[in-house]
Amino acid sequence: MLLDMRDICKDYPLGKETVHILKNVDLQVAEGDYLAIMGRSGSGKTTLMNIIGCLDTPTSGTYLLDGEDLSTAGEDHLSDIRNRSIGFVFQNYYLLPKLSALDNVALPLLYAGVDRKERRERAAEALERIGLGDRKEHQPNQLSGGQCQRVAIARAMINHPRLLLADEPTGALDSASGEQIMDIFTQLNAEGTTVVLITHEQSVADCARSIRHILDGRLTDAKEVAP
Amino acid sequence: MQENLSVAFQGVWNHKMRSFLTMLGIIIGIAAIITIVSTIRGTSEQIKASLVGAGTNAVTVVLNQNDYPYEMQYNPIPDEVSPISEETRKELLELDHVEEVSLFHSRNWCDGVYAGDNSFSGSLYGVDEHYLSIAGYKLNYGRNFLPGDFSAHRKVVLLDEAAATTLFSGAYPVGRCVEVMGTPYTVIGVISTASRVEPEINNLSDYYTYFSSNGGSIFIPDSTWPVLYRFDEPQSVLIRADKTDNMTQVGQQSARLLTASQISGSESTFSYRSQDLMEQAEQLQELSNSTNRQLLWIASISLLVGGIGVMNIMLVTVTERTSEIGLKKAIGARKKRILWQFLTEASVLTSLGGLLGVIVGIVMARLISSVMGTPTSISIPATLVALAFSTGIGILFGLLPAIKAANLNPIDALRRD
Repeated sequence: MLLDMRDICKDYPLGKETVHILKNVDLQVAEGDYLAIMGRSGSGKTTLMNIIGCLDTPTSGTYLLDGEDLSTAGEDHLSDIRNRSIGFVFQNYYLLPKLSALDNVALPLLYAGVDRKERRERAAEALERIGLGDRKEHQPNQLSGGQCQRVAIARAMINHPRLLLADEPTGALDSASGEQIMDIFTQLNAEGTTVVLITHEQSVADCARSIRHILDGRLTDAKEVAP
Repeated sequence: MQENLSVAFQGVWNHKMRSFLTMLGIIIGIAAIITIVSTIRGTSEQIKASLVGAGTNAVTVVLNQNDYPYEMQYNPIPDEVSPISEETRKELLELDHVEEVSLFHSRNWCDGVYAGDNSFSGSLYGVDEHYLSIAGYKLNYGRNFLPGDFSAHRKVVLLDEAAATTLFSGAYPVGRCVEVMGTPYTVIGVISTASRVEPEINNLSDYYTYFSSNGGSIFIPDSTWPVLYRFDEPQSVLIRADKTDNMTQVGQQSARLLTASQISGSESTFSYRSQDLMEQAEQLQELSNSTNRQLLWIASISLLVGGIGVMNIMLVTVTERTSEIGLKKAIGARKKRILWQFLTEASVLTSLGGLLGVIVGIVMARLISSVMGTPTSISIPATLVALAFSTGIGILFGLLPAIKAANLNPIDALRRD
């Protein structure tokens, strides 16, 4: 199992009360899987994604990523895990507005300690692969939404992570660009990357091979999507 | 590091107006410090060059009684003081840092010098063959003293320019006769100090007292001095030190040696003292420095205010760039990297401010010196210290905002958008 979560709980204090956002979540994702997690807003899906993405730590339970227990890992170690093992794609891209597409894509390599020349080479290569070879020096505000999201995917994939984690990746896009993005995910998955997708759109979730629903902090049983 | 620097410069450049206003406090503070330091240095170098050393590094050692110079003019020759011999002069020459030694007699306000109807009331010196070169005189016209003038007790006299003007009202003095204490002397030449002291410093009265009175000076061979005055008058000593900085030491050593060798009886009220211009200059400097130190304190308050301004704007920047920080952390930037990024940005801001401040300070110093006529001297070490200091301010006042940025939780940072 690439990802093995057992009995994960997440509580947030809210005044004197404690809100249980996640309740005894068990989730296993095998290497090469393509999983969609569906849920309405407020269902806890973002919190779940944050924990999967090592942006947050669970209140209780164990989280193994590639066999390594991360529920008690230190902050710097989690930074390195996020840098090397997880690729993030967000709904609103989060590209740095002052940097060119190339520099945005190269950013994770900077934190991985790759030297400047190699950073630029690898970033250029990644942009070519998603069909943005002619947009390298464009800044995000000179790119369309779909192009921005493709740059973000290139950035997520630049360190060849084991897990690609996408949070409503098509939420801000028109349907044509959305489909294009989903095609890229399918292709990446076919090449062996494990993809976890978080969405509330059925059409997006249908691209995955399996779907789990989250409701009030609880995950429902796995359901295979008919091919 | 290089990445951080380029990001930092970009950040400063993207908000030109804001950055400039933030830097202003630092610019003003550093500029004020550079201006003040330059002015202090300029003044002290001028004092050193023109008042103390006068380009000649000459120290005068005179006989004192109860801490005041003993005036031969109005007083008897003291019993316990003997004239300085040629052997003692040689001993003085042996001392460290001493280059040349001259023995001389003098009357600071002499009367009884006439040329025709003109009278002269300046200083009269009876000098040996070393005196004029040590005191920094050069011949304008006529001739200098010759060895024969001393050995043959010739009644010849050299005038400085002021004395020549007073006595001969512009007429050519060489070959004419001057009556000194009733004895006729022949004028052989006119001399002037090679290095003129520019009367820019306020406290030159001391200088004039010791080296020349305003009425001018005239010089006769010391061998004829007893003819005019008395035998066995104790001499004063003029010594050339090798460096301006050694003048105090040379003066003290010589005074000690002379006191020991010339004055008999341990209870004597007499002693030799060096007229320490260095010490006077230091006192003079001390006075202006203490005023300037207060100015420096005020300038550092400006730096403090500037630093607080930097902290303020960095806090705003951190808030503005919360999602950028969140993203960077999400894709793997460690805490330390974020900390360094903001520290670099703050110190780039203040260093640029410091650099501009140094430039403004140098321009100000030049401007003040040309308007007020005071000298300035730009100190390279002070400039470097000012630059280092401004960088330090950036690090100090950037620390709090940088820590705030580094501690941002990536989830909270990403959510806020």
